[in-house]
Amino acid sequence: MAKIVCKDLKKSYDGKTEVLGGINLEIEEGEFFILVGPSGCGKSTLLRIIAGLEGVSSGELIMDGELANEMLPRERNLTMVFQSYALYPHLTVRDNILFGLDVKKVPKAEQEQRLAEAAEILGLTDYLDRKPRALSGGQRQRVALARSVCSHAPLCLMDEPLSNLDAKLRASMRVEIRRLQQQLGLTVIYVTHDQVEAMTMGDRIAVLSAGRIQQLGTPLELYNHPANEFVATFIGTPQMNMAVAEVAPEGLVLNGGLTVPLSEADRAKLPMGQRWKIGFRPEQVYPATATSVHDTEVTVVSSEMMGNETLIFFDVAGTLFTARWQGQHRIADGATLHVSLDPRYAHFFDVNTGSLLRAAEDLDELGVRSTSAAGAAAAAHIEAAPAAAE
Amino acid sequence: MSKHSVAPKAVPAATAVPPREAPGERRTLAGWVYLLPSVAIFAIFVIYPFGRTIITSLFATTPAGGLTQFIGIDNFVTLLTDPLYTQAIVNTLVYVLLTVPATIVIALLLAVLTAQDLPGMGVFRTIFSATMGISVAAAAVFWNLLFNANSGVLNRIIEFFGGEGVGWLIDQNVALLSVSIISIWMNIGMAYLILLGAIKSIDDSYYESVEIVGGGFWYRLRRVTVPLISPSLFFVLTITVIGAFQSFGLIDMLTQGGPNNATVLLIYRLYRDAFVNFRIGSASAQGVILFAVIFVISYIQTKLTEDKVTYQ
Repeated sequence: MAKIVCKDLKKSYDGKTEVLGGINLEIEEGEFFILVGPSGCGKSTLLRIIAGLEGVSSGELIMDGELANEMLPRERNLTMVFQSYALYPHLTVRDNILFGLDVKKVPKAEQEQRLAEAAEILGLTDYLDRKPRALSGGQRQRVALARSVCSHAPLCLMDEPLSNLDAKLRASMRVEIRRLQQQLGLTVIYVTHDQVEAMTMGDRIAVLSAGRIQQLGTPLELYNHPANEFVATFIGTPQMNMAVAEVAPEGLVLNGGLTVPLSEADRAKLPMGQRWKIGFRPEQVYPATATSVHDTEVTVVSSEMMGNETLIFFDVAGTLFTARWQGQHRIADGATLHVSLDPRYAHFFDVNTGSLLRAAEDLDELGVRSTSAAGAAAAAHIEAAPAAAE
Repeated sequence: MSKHSVAPKAVPAATAVPPREAPGERRTLAGWVYLLPSVAIFAIFVIYPFGRTIITSLFATTPAGGLTQFIGIDNFVTLLTDPLYTQAIVNTLVYVLLTVPATIVIALLLAVLTAQDLPGMGVFRTIFSATMGISVAAAAVFWNLLFNANSGVLNRIIEFFGGEGVGWLIDQNVALLSVSIISIWMNIGMAYLILLGAIKSIDDSYYESVEIVGGGFWYRLRRVTVPLISPSLFFVLTITVIGAFQSFGLIDMLTQGGPNNATVLLIYRLYRDAFVNFRIGSASAQGVILFAVIFVISYIQTKLTEDKVTYQ
């Protein structure tokens, strides 16, 4: 039986504008479930409805098999980790972790035992007598998690818990939260606007936009088969390159300006005269080799060398495309570059509705291909252009 | 030759750079220059009158305040052995105890009740803070009408229900309580506004945490609201205590210390001695005593509450 079921859940504050417009989802016990979307998409509202902090306008919320629309927060047997952590500045770490257990009438001895356990798991044993202001951001975050652990509630709701931390700490806390969830067998519903957190932590992800679920699936399903243009561009960093594409006698014309040569096999699949939105993941824009069919000449706008990889930004008839190449490629701004834009590796979307018409071909095979091809192509590129080698 | 022999000695003296002030000294001087306006104002309007009051309290004085003869602590001894003055001390302490806790508790409860953003709450917030904008004189007129023993609304109501009218401001057993009620009514506005502001600045997540664990109204008040607004509560407590010790306007306008000295407070007695009886030496001594009392009470209050106040 699913832990949480939302049936056509709707929320409106003024009776006119729907903040949530018909949410349907099931969250299984022990699942790490992510709600992701841009600001204002309704993800936090949905989380607060599950917590009982907001009411439902219509639809059903079922928790552990019981209709929970009118259930008080305390009856839902859950904990919540807030973006601000909600640590009380006047209480020590110990009292912050134990906060609320007195209301639940947990005996003193058991409180102490739970405290010791939670502090041990989260490495807070040495900080129990400190006040929150004497802790670092990461330690405060762990105190908030320890409060959840201590409560022994099977469901934990997290509202952007890592957004106040710096990038390095965020990366380590991602791992820590995931480990904690698995160790304790918790059901976690995790709200974030950061698609990296969504991709790396979640068993399943619901992508929300404008109060509606755009797609529900595992991280790789979302990445490889995005249901629509929104999901395609939201999931993945740097985001998917999008252009309007049309087949013309000379090839595939992107944004009405850049022509990509096509093979006969490509032409057989792509009907002449039809228009699509076409999307290339940055890692699927390859350096062209001497034998590339889809060799396309583009002008580099700028590039960023990250050490392990290089991001190259180039112009596609008014739209900026990004290519992600393994290794270090020193490319001058304004230089001419030959890239391979193979339509087999592109996602095709309906130009009007934005929904997916065809995902990139055989993505598992593509994964293998992309590693070897990128390596070989990068080597070819460096040989062909001595100035580009570092 | 002698000129030549002198010249080399004179040259270094003539061209020697005058010893420069150390940068630290110059900074200190600049610091004092910047401080001068506020130090001057402080000195003229606070330190001098304070010093002058202490000195005057040790002298016999002319009605104009001129010092005639040094009499040591005679003024203090006379005051502290005067039963009317000790009654003023007792009256003041009773008045502080009647007004301060009630003002803060009522203001806090009103602030807690109106902190939620519900439709129409602005009306209540305006009403509860409105007394801040009412002058003591207007309040005195208004409450005089309410409290009037013969024609006052309160007695009319009591009599309507078959009770016996109360001499609110003319019965010596009730007068101090009546003045205290007016004082509480007047001071609630300011205390309410400060506490409401403090409560409104508490992050919602603190309350939502309580909601999730299932804490009720009193749990929320005791474990979240009061500790988190403790700096503002402490501020309100301090200004209310000091304000109560210095209550003057209401007494002067409503009772003039009567009936039978039942509402003579320290500051009112001081005023009478300084500006009605022209006993400047005694009035100065009363000023010093009042300062000492407020200082000691504020100090004790700070010590008692400092570990309960958490600044974020």
